[in-house]
Amino acid sequence: MLTTFVASPARAVGRVSPGRVGAVINRNVGALRSGPSYWVVLLSGFFEPVLYLLSIGVGVGALVGDITVGGRSMSYAAFVAPAMLAVSAMTGVLAETTFNFFHKFKYAKTFEAVLATPVRPIELAVGELVWAVVRGAVYTAAFLVVMVAMGLTTPGGALAAFPASVLVGLAFGAVGMAISTLMRGWQDFDLMSVGQFALFLFSGTFSPVQDYPLVMEVLIQVTPLYHAVELVRGLCLGVVGLGSLGHAAYLAAMVVGGLWLASRRLTRMLCV
Amino acid sequence: MADQPLIFARDLVKRFGDFTAVDGIDLEVAPGEAFGFLGPNGAGKSSTMRMIGCVSVPTSGELRILGMDPVRDGTAIRARLGVCPQLDNLDPDLTVRENLTTYARYFGLSRSESHRRADELLEFVRLSDRAKGKVEPLSGGMKRRLTIARALVNEPDLVLLDEPTTGLDPQARHLLWERLFRLKQRGTTLVLTTHYMDEAEQLCDRLVVMDGGKIIAEGSPRSLIETYSTAEVVELRFPDGLDFNADYAAKLAGVGERIDPLPDRVLVYADDGDAALAEVHRRGLTPSTVLVRRSTLEDVFLQLTGRTLVD
Repeated sequence: MLTTFVASPARAVGRVSPGRVGAVINRNVGALRSGPSYWVVLLSGFFEPVLYLLSIGVGVGALVGDITVGGRSMSYAAFVAPAMLAVSAMTGVLAETTFNFFHKFKYAKTFEAVLATPVRPIELAVGELVWAVVRGAVYTAAFLVVMVAMGLTTPGGALAAFPASVLVGLAFGAVGMAISTLMRGWQDFDLMSVGQFALFLFSGTFSPVQDYPLVMEVLIQVTPLYHAVELVRGLCLGVVGLGSLGHAAYLAAMVVGGLWLASRRLTRMLCV
Repeated sequence: MADQPLIFARDLVKRFGDFTAVDGIDLEVAPGEAFGFLGPNGAGKSSTMRMIGCVSVPTSGELRILGMDPVRDGTAIRARLGVCPQLDNLDPDLTVRENLTTYARYFGLSRSESHRRADELLEFVRLSDRAKGKVEPLSGGMKRRLTIARALVNEPDLVLLDEPTTGLDPQARHLLWERLFRLKQRGTTLVLTTHYMDEAEQLCDRLVVMDGGKIIAEGSPRSLIETYSTAEVVELRFPDGLDFNADYAAKLAGVGERIDPLPDRVLVYADDGDAALAEVHRRGLTPSTVLVRRSTLEDVFLQLTGRTLVD
């Protein structure tokens, strides 16, 4: 099982044509340009984390005061802001690879038409993912500007955190896409929203995970957003270590595993 | 290469679980040919088309498309195919013209080349005036024409059309046939499925009749009619025919070559329809309506399977 898992992405990814991946992205750029409502969706995705940062980071932060994590003291807003950045990287990309992807996959039959051309399922999956990450990166870049303006990170920290937020986007985008191929209908998205919200609340976003009972702490450390938050927070605060590499490796595994499953499921469902 | 068939299949089988959709068919389609799969719904036509289009893997048997193996060389084969699926899957998020230019990019065509071909093809399918509009408001016939234009954007060696005119009104159908006939004249190889006999007669040089996943007859439309039917058919409808067509058939015994009682009418197969009709009248039978017509592929299918081709 492990060998097929390792061997098939290598075989499948080995022949990915950048031109065909680009053609898949090109389709989404075209759709964005001909649909004015799309910009509204883009804008709302930016405001959500900013509102959380202002209400909880700044508002609740005024009650909490400074907090100490790992021997370092910082304002509560500075603690929450990197987590909001990771969350924004996650949600922006997920919106594209779940709702939009599912619509194109199940209802518009867009992918059926694409797969009748030389484009292969893995190229389709990579193209959709790259597009989603480009969209997510617009959110995170804007959010980083807000963070620097509010003095919650340094420009250097922001520059370091940006590529990390792109990795977070790739990871959640790939897994979200794989989940979309398993969805039976729109009802299943409610389940996903609940899961996403739980991750949002408990992944060390609003309080250090060490404050939870040990069982919960371990449980949280298994889930993906925790690793995203820790990686991004470390970079924003300038605390980078071996742990950061571990978090990055976890996210990289999500990218590979998600893409592999997504292209496999696309092949199975559309090429029968 | 010139003599090599574009499609070659030996004992081709496609199974979905316990269900056998395609049950061991042999095929050869030569370059420049217009080839048809004729049969009712569920005969295995679309499954065969999807295997030829390299989006479905054969369960067993041998299949070569353009001399290549569809499983190993799927990408290279699809680069030279044009596919018009049974249900339109145009992109609703894009304009009419963008549907073509975007599709062209999947084949690796440059931006300028895809624009040039899009404009040319919109002209060919007479949709130039709708270029900037969305797909949704187009009529069924227009959408079909756009889907066909999209299938031609890579200048394919082989065009696959799955029920190209199903669901279209007669006028839209004739316009589409005329466009497809033009393609055929240019030497493009066409492979199409249909359950319309007149469509097969209009467009196909050669066709196979499929039923239950098997090929039950093969030949040119003319030769199939000559083998499995007569030159003419007399259709007789009797006022009380719904209940007594079998009795009328018995009274007609010996008229023409063969008598076929259907639920709503009785068919008399004869090489001389008028002579057969004279005999009907001589026997004192008084049908309420009479039609003497040329034999069609519908009659062939009826003779081969005992069933009509209607949905």
